[in-house]
Amino acid sequence: MSPGERVIMDARDVERAIRRMAHEIVERNRGAEGLAVVGIRTRGVPLARRIAGLIGELEDQEVPLGILDITLYRDDIFDRPQPEVRETDIPFDVTGRSLVIVDDVLYTGRSVRAAVDAIMDFGRPRRIQLAVLVDRGHRELPIRPDFVGKNVPTSRSERVKVRLRETDGCDDQVVITEGGG
Amino acid sequence: MDAMTRWSSPREEVEVGEVAARRRRSLIDVDQLTPAEMRWVFDMARSFEEVSRRAVKKVPALRGKTVVNLFFEPSTRTRISFELAAKRLSADVINFAAASSSVAKGEALKDTVLTLQAMGVDALVVRHPCSGAPGLIDGWTDAAVINAGDGMHAHPTQALLDCYTLMRRLGDLEGRRIAVVGDIMHSRVARSCIKAFTALGAEVVLVAPPTLMPAGAPAGIRVSYVLEEVLEDCDVFYLLRLQMERQEEGLIPSLREYAAAYQMDLRRLERTRPHALVMHPGPINRGVEISAEVADHPRTVLLEQVTSGLAVRMAVLFMALGGKEEENAAAG
Repeated sequence: MSPGERVIMDARDVERAIRRMAHEIVERNRGAEGLAVVGIRTRGVPLARRIAGLIGELEDQEVPLGILDITLYRDDIFDRPQPEVRETDIPFDVTGRSLVIVDDVLYTGRSVRAAVDAIMDFGRPRRIQLAVLVDRGHRELPIRPDFVGKNVPTSRSERVKVRLRETDGCDDQVVITEGGG
Repeated sequence: MDAMTRWSSPREEVEVGEVAARRRRSLIDVDQLTPAEMRWVFDMARSFEEVSRRAVKKVPALRGKTVVNLFFEPSTRTRISFELAAKRLSADVINFAAASSSVAKGEALKDTVLTLQAMGVDALVVRHPCSGAPGLIDGWTDAAVINAGDGMHAHPTQALLDCYTLMRRLGDLEGRRIAVVGDIMHSRVARSCIKAFTALGAEVVLVAPPTLMPAGAPAGIRVSYVLEEVLEDCDVFYLLRLQMERQEEGLIPSLREYAAAYQMDLRRLERTRPHALVMHPGPINRGVEISAEVADHPRTVLLEQVTSGLAVRMAVLFMALGGKEEENAAAG
């Protein structure tokens, strides 16, 4: 842990939150039939992979996993330096499916708006739900999550950082830092 | 190919800042890009390829941007490829063909460009018979200028799409040997390709009759006048289109004689390494630089080049127009 960081979830908290969300997703959708999980790059992807795996175990059936890069759909595409576009991979037909979009932190809701628009270009899903590990508030769009790992009240000046073993090479961890750090 | 392997290092480690900081992200020739930046374009192109496989083959990335195809020379594939690339990124596209414009009334190039600039266009894709025209235009306008082929000078997007096609097939080009065969002297494609191939670590051999070989090949580039000499030791044969006028100019005795010595036909293809590929920037002259059988041969990647072209041009347009505009204007 670097100085100025406050740990709000450790590896076991993250694990438990993901397990609970997987159960809730199965409960809300009455099983895994017609269900698919889509992770938003970067850290939504390993989270989505874990959730899809857990649902697969619970329901004893394979849950398709998609990867979404939302760069081309962002509303701030002309406000940032040269954006990098990475691969989107939706290896199944979304039409008629119930999709669960997974992201690490829900903040303004702008990424989710972009993700929903992106998915609509692949077809017409039956419904789209949203699962996030951390909801830190401060929405700027009318978007709310269906499944939340942890609600964390924050101020706008704080930063919430999710670290995952797949992407960050350390134990799972959610930390808050003050200000620009 | 594994969908997730990258050719470039992750963004943070690449000096792409250079691209972003350029005043206008114009592309006049490939030597503006470092090898790292080229690989970055290729990784982006691969992401863009996926867009063309979707139900809705369009992303909103360049919504509200206007791209003008400014073509002073006939072109089908390059213009359509750029037009489609811009449309798949949701940019508005205007096609400007010199023959049906006020250029036919004698308007100077500069005035055409300034007129378009006054209409607020964001990018000019320029094809011009004079070498250096896109570079000149770049100095007159704030719009990004993308060279779509100028005289005998350069054709950077063709070179990039060729490298991308090859890397998809062969992996990294480091240590690969590529023969560029045909009318090298008059070819802007050859000039840009040689730069791009060597920048990515490939070894280039130029094969042409002495009359079509430019004087003073760049250092480190092998030259041969006999195609047979290089058949067995090259991974790629990049054939150039022989323009029919060359016969009238007396540079070749006849098309038949050229074909006898330099055409890639089945007999020659069978002598090459089993993995060797045949490329051509198009349009091809069946029966001149390439035989009909080889043109349709599975080792000829002509149509892959066309498909790659779309993705690479999407990446180039996105590089020119995506991101923060003030930043483009600030530096440089």
